[in-house]
Amino acid sequence: MRDTLTSLRYRYWPDHLLGEILSKRWTETAIPVILLLIVGFAFSRSIDNFLSPASLADTARQAGEIGFIALGLALVVTVGGIDLSVGSIFALTDFCALYLLDVAGWPVPAVVVATLFCGALLGAVNGVLVGYLRLRAFITTLITLIIYRSAYDLLIQRYSNAIASAFPDIPSWDFIGAGSVFGIPTVALAYIVIAIFGHIFMTRLRPGWHITAIGGSRRSAYNSGIPVRRTIALCYVASGVLTSVGALFFASRLGTVGGDIGVGLEVIVLTATVLGGITLGGGKGSVAKSAVGVLIVLLITNGLTTMNARGGVNRMALAGILLVAAMVDIRWQKNRTRIISKVYVAPTYHELPPPPPTEIGQGGPFEQNDKLRIVEAIGLGRIEAPEDVILDRHDNLYAGSRHGDIMRFLAPDYQKMEVFAHIGGQPLGMAFDREDNLYVCIGGMGLYRIKPDGTVEKATDETNRSMRSVNDDSRLRLADDLDITDDGLIFFSEATVRYEMDEWPIDGLEARGNGRIISYDTKTGATRTELRGLKFPNGICVASDGQSILFAETFGCSIKRYWFAGPRKGAVEVVMDNLPGYPDNINLASDGNYWLALVGMRSPSLDLAWKMPGFRRRMAKRVPVDEWLFPNINTGCVVKFNEQGKIVESFWDLHGENHPMITSMREHRGYLYLGGILNNRIGRYKLDNADPNFVQYDKRWGKQS
Amino acid sequence: MKRFRFNQQEIVFAVFALLFLVFSIFLNGFLTAENMLTLLQNVAVLGILGLAMAIVVIGRGIDISLIAALAVPPGLALQMVQNGHSLPFSLLIAVLLTIAFGLVNGWLIAYAEVPSLFATLATGLLLAGLGQAALFQLDVVQWSPGMDGFERLGQGTVLGVPTSIWMFAIACIVVAFLLRQTRWGAYIYAIGDNPYAARVTGIPSRPIIVLQYVITALIGCFAGLVLAASVNSMPTRIFNSTLIYDVILVVVLGGIGLSGGRGGVLNVIIGTLLIGTMLNGMTIMDISYAGQNLIKGVVLLLAVITDSFLNPRNEETAQQGDI
Repeated sequence: MRDTLTSLRYRYWPDHLLGEILSKRWTETAIPVILLLIVGFAFSRSIDNFLSPASLADTARQAGEIGFIALGLALVVTVGGIDLSVGSIFALTDFCALYLLDVAGWPVPAVVVATLFCGALLGAVNGVLVGYLRLRAFITTLITLIIYRSAYDLLIQRYSNAIASAFPDIPSWDFIGAGSVFGIPTVALAYIVIAIFGHIFMTRLRPGWHITAIGGSRRSAYNSGIPVRRTIALCYVASGVLTSVGALFFASRLGTVGGDIGVGLEVIVLTATVLGGITLGGGKGSVAKSAVGVLIVLLITNGLTTMNARGGVNRMALAGILLVAAMVDIRWQKNRTRIISKVYVAPTYHELPPPPPTEIGQGGPFEQNDKLRIVEAIGLGRIEAPEDVILDRHDNLYAGSRHGDIMRFLAPDYQKMEVFAHIGGQPLGMAFDREDNLYVCIGGMGLYRIKPDGTVEKATDETNRSMRSVNDDSRLRLADDLDITDDGLIFFSEATVRYEMDEWPIDGLEARGNGRIISYDTKTGATRTELRGLKFPNGICVASDGQSILFAETFGCSIKRYWFAGPRKGAVEVVMDNLPGYPDNINLASDGNYWLALVGMRSPSLDLAWKMPGFRRRMAKRVPVDEWLFPNINTGCVVKFNEQGKIVESFWDLHGENHPMITSMREHRGYLYLGGILNNRIGRYKLDNADPNFVQYDKRWGKQS
Repeated sequence: MKRFRFNQQEIVFAVFALLFLVFSIFLNGFLTAENMLTLLQNVAVLGILGLAMAIVVIGRGIDISLIAALAVPPGLALQMVQNGHSLPFSLLIAVLLTIAFGLVNGWLIAYAEVPSLFATLATGLLLAGLGQAALFQLDVVQWSPGMDGFERLGQGTVLGVPTSIWMFAIACIVVAFLLRQTRWGAYIYAIGDNPYAARVTGIPSRPIIVLQYVITALIGCFAGLVLAASVNSMPTRIFNSTLIYDVILVVVLGGIGLSGGRGGVLNVIIGTLLIGTMLNGMTIMDISYAGQNLIKGVVLLLAVITDSFLNPRNEETAQQGDI
């Protein structure tokens, strides 16, 4: 009863979503957005007309002006710096625009261009100092803040009367300041256009990526050839230009050069930036975050002003928010991965009946023996992690290695070893197609094709994204084993969509159906997900009927059959379940039966733990990862089973001296070649009564001589 | 043959001597007893603030909120006396506020790990806002009869030397003793030199950092009291001035590198003298406030550029987010 309840609870409650949602980068933007909604709601309830169109348009104009400055600052903060001089640049460019218009009498387009140039120049000073001379951004821009501000003070002492007495009546200038298109103020419209461009720039264009990369790690960026100094300098220039854009709109709206213009603006903009979730220190920033931050700050300051708060209160509120936001941001950045790793592992209920006996004397098909004791080792100490092995018709032996190579051992004595092809990821399952191309599943990379001359080509590394998955499951995370049908359709398994290759035991701890089977059509190049929700699908073999595949579910401890053609197309049927171990690769035997590797044997402790998801979750939260329960993969065996799922024979090595673990086996000309992902050798075992001419893929493609 | 290499301290001292000489010769009214007194008096408060800043800068931090600590707690003391509280009680409250403020700064920087520039920028605003919103009735808190006698902290002379100079001297001795003679002082240098090494050596980095900011705030408050006593009021709008940049100027020009772990009280004295002379000369030359700021800014910029060449940032211990 209790087990049933547990099983129902874990079947229908999506535990795994929390970790997946938290590990999405947009959750960082979601928090400020929620804050914005709360603030907006609170003020709209407590202040009349807070959300009236007039009030909104006014807010939009201010938000646009400050928004431009915030965009500039966002850029600078993302690249790993800070720009405190924006307030003074704002004042100076505001003066520049009004002076040129009112006193010098320039036409509006010239004024606009000159003001932007002025902003660029002022930003360039910061850029050279911080970018090229590598001064500290904070202290440097603090100084330029004073210098620019005193320059502004000196200038307005002389010209403020001239500017104040001029009343320019230029429609295009007024349109910039007070105009609107379809009820949207010009400045807001301009902001939206630039913000959209900024978003594309930061997320889709190379310079934007460079900026994020430099902010993330300056030295790594430098080492990967990014022009660090120039990019940083240009960010400050951009900040100056964007500030001058804001100042242009401000100048055309109010037309004043008062003494306190832009004073303290840097604090407002900085608060907006940090509040939006742009990390101080760089590497993380987006246009959306900047915009949200500006809106929150404006709503709060405007709201407080409307409520007639004293100047000091406003200041305190701003400083308080700034501190809290900075603190939350820093704590979150520091603990993010830890929090996610604590909640990411979401074990589920997984019940298996007691396994069939394997002990000597208990009988049964799995009874242990010592047949594999005489296995001879190939490439001992020279190859690492051959998960799968395969032989061509010339008897050359191919095996993957941990270093991202396909190694080839040359017949007949397998003493000479050479790198057949370098791929870069760990090769797992392998199969030959009709044209002698070697198809290989590469963990973390996808499905690759190696031509007979050794050239490597990517076959596929993505499939259709499923709508209900939070994790982006279009990318192939752990392609594991494959086989090719007569029509050139490749079925391959992806063991899990939630973990990377090195984390595969955690998937076993979770025991959720995270894996899937995917097909790749060698004729059209189309990739399609065939089956989902499998518990670590692993070995795959096209069955003798040519209409179905057999696949192993490692942590389901079962072999299943999936019909991809014929009358039962689409059906899945259990061939064997409740195996005493964890099944791995499946391959054809010369007598028409199938070989199956059991990579490890089940243990009572993990079987029990699989029925206790809460226990495993507590373990994942409280115990360091290297002390978690780990599926046993030290002892395994090879079994032969027939089409009906009956075990014909089993091969054990009681001491594991010659060949410690087994992840795959391949029959070839009377021998069984064994691979193991933790081994430093390939095993070879002489089979009795086997077809001495059997070459698996030659037989399949009808090339048997 | 011995290579000629000046360290920054010597250069700055030479510049100061040169500047003093030039002003004495070319500026009327510079080398008078009265002006020297004004110069030293003006310099005294700046020097005390420089000492406060030096402590955190040596510990690889910075305290932008120093002016708030200078203005608000002494202002509060004056306000409380004005409202009828006794002087000792008011001073006690002011000191407690200062300690609390220093603790907040230190906690934010040491435990919450907010960058010091950023934390103190915000806390300074917070404290100034608090003063403006809740503590003071007017921007300038006036002297009241209850404060009588206290003005001797900033006015008058002892043995012919103005009291404020004595105050600066006392502060110098206290800080020098703290930095050079106590274990805590050594810890501050160690943390400033390499925070990670200091931590793995077993130095209680975080409490020491908190201590730095508390002491800094207390010295700031002391400077505020001296300032208030010398002008018989507390102009709290001083927070909006550029005084903090003068303080940073003193520290950086004096040769205490912003990357921490270097310098001492002597550097502050030299920096103070140079800045004092410069400001005084500019005042006599009747350069406008904005003009003075401009010149100060340029000098500060040059100082920071020089500093970055003389004391390059340690790329090994500079961490990401160290802006």
